[in-house]
Amino acid sequence: MLAQAWQYMVSYPDKLLEWTWQHLQIVLIANAAAVVVGVLVGMWVSGKGREQIADGVIYAASIMMTIPSLALFGILMGILYAMSLPSIGMLPVVIALTLYGLLPIIRNTHTALREVDPAMIEAGRGMGMSGLQLLLKVKMPLAVPVILAGLRQAMVMNIGIAAIGSYLGAGGLGQPIFRGLANYRKDLVLAGAIAVSLLAVITDLVMAGVERLVTPKGVRIGRKS
Amino acid sequence: MIRLERVSKVFPDGTEAVKDLSLEIDRGEFCVFLGPSGCGKTTSLKMINRLIPITDGRILIDGVDTQQQNVNELRRGIGYAIQNIGLFPHLTVAQNIATVPVLKHWSRDRQRARARELLDLVGMPSDTFMDRYPSELSGGQQQRVGVARCLGADPPLLLMDEPFGAIDPITRHKLQEEFLKIQERLKKTIAFVTHDIDEAIKMGDTIALMRDGLLVQHADPATLLSEPKDRFVRDFVGADRVLKGLRLLRARDVMRMPKLTTSLNATVEQTIARLDERGRSWLSAVAEDGRFLGWIERADLDGATSLSEALTPAVASASPSTPLNEALSMMLGSATGSVAVLDGNEQLVGLLSFGAIREVLSMDDESERE
Repeated sequence: MLAQAWQYMVSYPDKLLEWTWQHLQIVLIANAAAVVVGVLVGMWVSGKGREQIADGVIYAASIMMTIPSLALFGILMGILYAMSLPSIGMLPVVIALTLYGLLPIIRNTHTALREVDPAMIEAGRGMGMSGLQLLLKVKMPLAVPVILAGLRQAMVMNIGIAAIGSYLGAGGLGQPIFRGLANYRKDLVLAGAIAVSLLAVITDLVMAGVERLVTPKGVRIGRKS
Repeated sequence: MIRLERVSKVFPDGTEAVKDLSLEIDRGEFCVFLGPSGCGKTTSLKMINRLIPITDGRILIDGVDTQQQNVNELRRGIGYAIQNIGLFPHLTVAQNIATVPVLKHWSRDRQRARARELLDLVGMPSDTFMDRYPSELSGGQQQRVGVARCLGADPPLLLMDEPFGAIDPITRHKLQEEFLKIQERLKKTIAFVTHDIDEAIKMGDTIALMRDGLLVQHADPATLLSEPKDRFVRDFVGADRVLKGLRLLRARDVMRMPKLTTSLNATVEQTIARLDERGRSWLSAVAEDGRFLGWIERADLDGATSLSEALTPAVASASPSTPLNEALSMMLGSATGSVAVLDGNEQLVGLLSFGAIREVLSMDDESERE
């Protein structure tokens, strides 16, 4: 059966590439949106005196994660339909993936900013850094690697969930899987599954590399010793 | 330079951390805020650069009310060093030192030149350390960089919150000495917080001793030790305050020229005669060129054929700048109970004896009786 799946993959590489590209597009758009929203929200809730808001936001984001993807797609379809927006295709899927991606990003941003050594903050303020300068020059450079770890987690997770999005006509690597299931074509199902898995593994590796690249040299050296 | 006028601090939870504190620190003065934990010394320090807002009163720097200034501008003009250092791990040593210069938009060349100059000043070869990261440095080195950083834009005023508190005693001792030398050159106005009485005595031109948010006594170390204002001050400076006071005196303040010296060429009989005549049990032996050789004790002269046979070489000797506490400890280990004070060329310039030290301390005895 593996051989059949392999046979399918080498026979229709262009099809497979097209699906992969669609898949990647959905995941990239959704996670780009999740990073922008998640980092901004994470930065805001990490501010002074917002501990309770932070807890609330992170709790809400965790609840979001517990909603099964099909159910979330359904809810979003209803909302989009009511707003007379396209309720099938890429839009509901991208929105759902954005929502799923928020939790790891908000949580990591919040944790990273909160865990900056208070001595550094005191020293920075004591030397006359404004709140914004402290955030941009001290806190964010130290937080970025942690935030990227959250993004990495979100992307890998979303690659899996995006496959279900094909059910709504969003395209992507879910297509061969659903088509195979409908037509008793195990080779198609397997080809899709293998491709999704490979995409997830490769994304994970690439993101691990990016994470290392954005880790400030001084912090990297510190970890080694 | 700095005037605190009836400053008080009440925290939102009602704690009165500082009560009605009035204090003046002159230009170039090294003022140590000393006291047990929770006495308000750190709060007082942080109110100067407004890291903690004052509840009442005002603080003037060069006659200007700190409240009237832009808070970040104010802080950029005041050096700030803390116990936990807070070096930025993602920045190199040079970049860390240039924190305030960067905020003040100095040119890159000027920033680097300044970092280089300061690293050398704090005893870290700039070529080696400029481009290292804090995680590559030892605790003592990090603290040096912390001191260099607070001098970054050459502020006239430094606030230091136990800057040597978190390092091992040997390194701390060294850093204190070096910092005093730096201060001798730079003549900064310094407000320095510590709970360590020894550090306060060693470093401070004046000590502001606080308790429960109140300033108990603001005086120079010698006065604080010899004329403690009340029981609290006396207890805080410790029962050994007389010994601590010794640190403030140098050998040159107490030493006397020896009345009896001899060269090794004198005969044993002559020497015995000289000693007996004066009723002394020892004298110091000096070479022709004035170098100090050691002691000759009366007891060793009996049966000796020459003075060199009877010579007891001195184990330790002091220099004119040796603090008296160290000299005293040498005296305790000396055969004759005296220590020779030698200049840089090993010439005998004086002797320290218990009698002379006791005379200096006798004022303290009187104040003890009150």
